[in-house]
Amino acid sequence: MLSTLISGDAPRSRVLTAVLVAILAALALAPFLFPGTRPLDVAARICVFVLLVASYDLLLGYTGIVSFAHTMFFGIGGYGVGIAMSRLEAGWLSIALGTAAAVALSLVLSFLIGLFSLRVKAIFFAMITLAVASFFAILASQLSNVTGGEDGITFKVPELLRPAYRLLDEPLFGVAIGGRFLTYYLVFGASLLLFLVLLRVVNSPFGRVLLAIRENDFRAEALGYRTVIYRTIANCLGALVATFAGVLYALWLRYTGPNTTLDFSIMIDILLMVVIGGMGTMYGAVIGATIFVVAQNYLRDAMKALSDALQGVPLLPDLFHPDRWLLWLGVLFVLSVYYFPHGIVGQLRARAAK
Amino acid sequence: MVFPPVAENLLALAGVHTHIGHYHILQGVDLAVPRGELTMLLGRNGAGKTTALRTILGLWRASAGAIRFDGEDIAARDTPEIATLGIAYVPESMGIFAGLTVRENLVLAARNGPPEEKRLDWIFRFFPPLKQFWELPAGLLSGGQKQMLSISRAIVEPRKLVLIDEPTKGLAPAIINNLIEAFAELKKTDTTILMVEQNFHAARALGDSVAVMDAGRIVHAGRMAELAADAALQTRLLGLSLQAHQ
Amino acid sequence: MSADLKRRADWIPPALIAAVALGALALIDSPSTWLTLTVAGLAMGLLIFIMASGLTLVFGLMDVMNFAHGLFIAIGAYVAASTLRLFAAASESDSFLANLGAVLPAMLAAALVAGLLGFFFERVIIKPVYGQHLKQILITTGGMIVAEQLIHVVWGPDLLPLPRPATLRGSFLIGETAIEKYRLIAVVTGLAVFAGMLLLLNRTKIGLLIRAGVENKEMVEAMGYRIRRLFVAVFVAGSALAGLGGALWGMYQESVTVHIGANMMVLIFIVIIIGGLGSIGGCFTGAVMVGLVANYVGYLSPKIALGSNILLMVMILLWRPQGLYPVGKQ
Repeated sequence: MLSTLISGDAPRSRVLTAVLVAILAALALAPFLFPGTRPLDVAARICVFVLLVASYDLLLGYTGIVSFAHTMFFGIGGYGVGIAMSRLEAGWLSIALGTAAAVALSLVLSFLIGLFSLRVKAIFFAMITLAVASFFAILASQLSNVTGGEDGITFKVPELLRPAYRLLDEPLFGVAIGGRFLTYYLVFGASLLLFLVLLRVVNSPFGRVLLAIRENDFRAEALGYRTVIYRTIANCLGALVATFAGVLYALWLRYTGPNTTLDFSIMIDILLMVVIGGMGTMYGAVIGATIFVVAQNYLRDAMKALSDALQGVPLLPDLFHPDRWLLWLGVLFVLSVYYFPHGIVGQLRARAAK
Repeated sequence: MVFPPVAENLLALAGVHTHIGHYHILQGVDLAVPRGELTMLLGRNGAGKTTALRTILGLWRASAGAIRFDGEDIAARDTPEIATLGIAYVPESMGIFAGLTVRENLVLAARNGPPEEKRLDWIFRFFPPLKQFWELPAGLLSGGQKQMLSISRAIVEPRKLVLIDEPTKGLAPAIINNLIEAFAELKKTDTTILMVEQNFHAARALGDSVAVMDAGRIVHAGRMAELAADAALQTRLLGLSLQAHQ
Repeated sequence: MSADLKRRADWIPPALIAAVALGALALIDSPSTWLTLTVAGLAMGLLIFIMASGLTLVFGLMDVMNFAHGLFIAIGAYVAASTLRLFAAASESDSFLANLGAVLPAMLAAALVAGLLGFFFERVIIKPVYGQHLKQILITTGGMIVAEQLIHVVWGPDLLPLPRPATLRGSFLIGETAIEKYRLIAVVTGLAVFAGMLLLLNRTKIGLLIRAGVENKEMVEAMGYRIRRLFVAVFVAGSALAGLGGALWGMYQESVTVHIGANMMVLIFIVIIIGGLGSIGGCFTGAVMVGLVANYVGYLSPKIALGSNILLMVMILLWRPQGLYPVGKQ
């Protein structure tokens, strides 16, 4: 039954299985294991980014498309909810409406982008998606009446999810069962569900055709598969899931804005996560997102300690300055592309296979 | 297959295999190109003729086998080096630099300095349009004219071996005859030519030796005169009577 | 198509530029404002041309898309800032010649350091991934991240002021129109670079090889030329030009931040896509168009200014999907 749940995509490595189980357990029990606002925030971000990165892996790792427009769909989800919740009554219906509108827009855009991607070479496509994403970010910051401009939109969530809300009067195992608790499990549950859906997709016949197309699109076409259609569907699916990730993120933050969703640095982060974790594996997204978000929040403390210890040595304290954490992840990223094309997951699996 | 002594063959392939990705195109090619002659390489579409030429030139690396040119092993060398040894190439797609003028195309082809007057006169005599379009972008030339330019580039300086891939493809009969005349003249110089052709009329007019390819191997080699006289052999090797190709 | 017709068709893009400029003249009420904007547009466009030309040539010749190109721009700007600080006295002096004594070393240093970095980048990061487009995109993006962080380490995260030399500040007054001195310098430098490139490409054998190689690398090799040796040279030249452009752009903006390179990349991509990948003439035309549009629209309708060039790109692609001057690839 477990095998069906993960669509037969076994981790194929004891270490990997252990790590994945550990992460799953940590996320599932986060409110209980890591009390406090900050750790819970980290856990929620991990859930959202696992989903976002997995949806990108569908494009990059499985279909072989490099798109810089993924944050656009992430943003569309966030703004869909944000606009709906701030304009309409802050209830579940509004969430549904906002999500539906966002999904519709994402589908249309990704469909158009998908159609376009066949007529042009990969590099051309990457540049165009960069321009499209830029344009969208500009739109979002310029149409401040609708989108709140640079400041974004802060909105109220349904009563059940509000921090002040209490489901149970008494804390359970020391944890207050209230709005944050419920929101966290909404985010966790939805992310888990959608991740399993993605696993099913990539392990289906459809997923296998995607891999064939990635390997050699001429051959796939010669074998009778209309690569057009498959790439477009993959594009739309990836965009869809990214939109949902955006919705979840907005609900968690009770805010949406250009910095949290549309910034190019987020696109870079996604790339880092998917490559370091392992392209074309789905589980790579889990590993990559966990490492990245944890590093983003906790590595800096470690680096600060190291930097302080190195005071007096020329240049080194600056290299290890906590703000330079991205430098090291960047180096890891470059090394991964060269030497570990399937990232951490690939390495673990290779070791297990020996 | 018995080869005549090495010195008589300018180019010799022995057991050459070429893989392109998953595809095994050349499956053990043994080919001899006698010095000073025009060898015709015939065969159906997809037999591997173009692949053979590209492998000789090093554009595709042979995965096995030996290629000897004028006493040197060239199978492992890279294309610029092979070209400098004295091989010129007229590809099927002609390889014209459309943005460069006709003059610039020829200047580039003349590696060892500006093109010699006598050669240019020769080229203009057979291919007058090249003189007309001398300072104009080569992209403006018609198909036949581009082919003239492509051939001229290969002979603007003396070369030991010229590889030509389907020069008459898609051209009007008048131009084809023009080319045949030019090639016939070229044969009078000391140039060895290996030509791939589907047009049997041209093949018969120009070929001294002939080799026939099928499914990545040479299935027949000998004199053109013999093949031209034997209709049954033609049908067997090429699927239908070569008369039909005209 | 007869030769004459084809030659006439090639005049459409420059005519487009004239159309844009004249159209703007109609929309902008005051001719002197139009003149100021046009000079600004030309200056910006030509600076973008300097920065973008290397990238389009590298792509055309080597089939390599360097998403880290912005890094050379940034390095150029930072090196220029540091050099000008070194020569601060000469830069602040009221003598034009003294100013040159500060600005020229700054430009030279910017180009040299960027070029050196380009050499290192090409050999170490790009060479292993020739022909693998996916990896190229990823690696160069990664290289960009690492490089931006290293810039932080060396120069700090704060905005660095990049003051123009004393005699290049301020404007000329032509009738009612104020034309910034620096913008004129930018235009002149840009035109000089363009002229130099055209000379190199059209009158030298190396230029011939580059032009032919952009069209059909394989055929050039089949003619006996080791064109791969040119790759490094072209990449280094492209990086040096980007560095020079960065230095000039930094002085145009009068300040430098880490993201100066990355910020230009979208515009640069738009320019080389509009112009046609691999075409220097196209890059020039595209850059001038983008510069003019950015300035005219910035004045007429600031809200859509940022997005206007993306819209321009889309419109041109709908008309000529390969860009204004597609390079014929066999």
